[in-house]
Amino acid sequence: MLLTLRRARRPENPVDRGCATCPMAGSAAVHRHGLTTEGADYVVALAGNPNTGKSTVFNALTGLRQHVGNWPGKTVARAEGAFLAAGKKFKLVDLPGTYSLLSNSADEEVARDFILFGRPDVTVVVADATALERNLNLALQVLEITDRAVLALNLMDEAERKGIAVDHRALARDLGVPVVPMAARRGQGVRDLVDVVARMATGELACRPHRVGSFEPELEAAVQRVADALRQAHPGLPNARWVALRLLEGDPNVIREALAGTLGEGAHSQILSIEEVGKS
Amino acid sequence: MTLADTQRGDRVSIVALRITGAERRRLMDLGFVPGTELRVGIRSPLGDPVAYHLRGSVVALRAAQAALIEVEPCS
Repeated sequence: MLLTLRRARRPENPVDRGCATCPMAGSAAVHRHGLTTEGADYVVALAGNPNTGKSTVFNALTGLRQHVGNWPGKTVARAEGAFLAAGKKFKLVDLPGTYSLLSNSADEEVARDFILFGRPDVTVVVADATALERNLNLALQVLEITDRAVLALNLMDEAERKGIAVDHRALARDLGVPVVPMAARRGQGVRDLVDVVARMATGELACRPHRVGSFEPELEAAVQRVADALRQAHPGLPNARWVALRLLEGDPNVIREALAGTLGEGAHSQILSIEEVGKS
Repeated sequence: MTLADTQRGDRVSIVALRITGAERRRLMDLGFVPGTELRVGIRSPLGDPVAYHLRGSVVALRAAQAALIEVEPCS
């Protein structure tokens, strides 16, 4: 399948005036998702499966400084809070609990869009240590999208009770991101998580997340062709390769956003049509 | 045979998912991937849904969903 991406002019949105290299860029990205970054130095997203103690982690980090509302234009609830660390103010956004970023539900769309386009400074994935295999599905998907992530390995007390031992150091090596063992409901690991998040946000900690290797030659060629076309249409697009894969998969939401021109903030062009031009 | 044809206690492995689209992706996200071994758990009082044990966790599927998953017995 060959994708033809043609461009058109789109009226400039004042919020989009920031381009990728300008300090405004981060603000523009989160403004679209209804957040204000006034007074905050960094934005941290909190992701994870349902029932992993994500809310407990959120409460432990933000205390009573929270605000609950909705994501703009959606009926999905959102909690925002803040915490201070290393002399900086961090805004924490609680994403809906999801099993994946690929399925077509409002919750998963919201979570994926924020991680991909909202460009949080750090994404924390909260995982249940007693169901690690299932939780890693979302974690690995997050790592495909961003390279600033931390795995909060929660419910370690529950794991111990069930006789499950997790080698979090080996896990960190395999995933390529920091892993923080926690039992948030007992307050354990919270300070460690704050420390790791702060160091990653400031750039002190960098990681090389595990990514799926290259695909079979035909698919790899197709992905690169589409990704190149996307980078031309949207120079500021984070992770064009990931978006290319979604287009090739026929993900209806990504296709809709590509046609609506909402794929990249700061972009002054729009993909007019996605055509299937024979088989390649 | 499909998952809907199994009994409590059966150990089977997934051969294929006879469905496409968002529902397929959802099942795969929950761990129902070809080659996965699972154990059939309890059935709810009215027969639907049924609990399936796989990958260290439990997932409940309705009969309509279970009928889409082709399985074979584990040897």
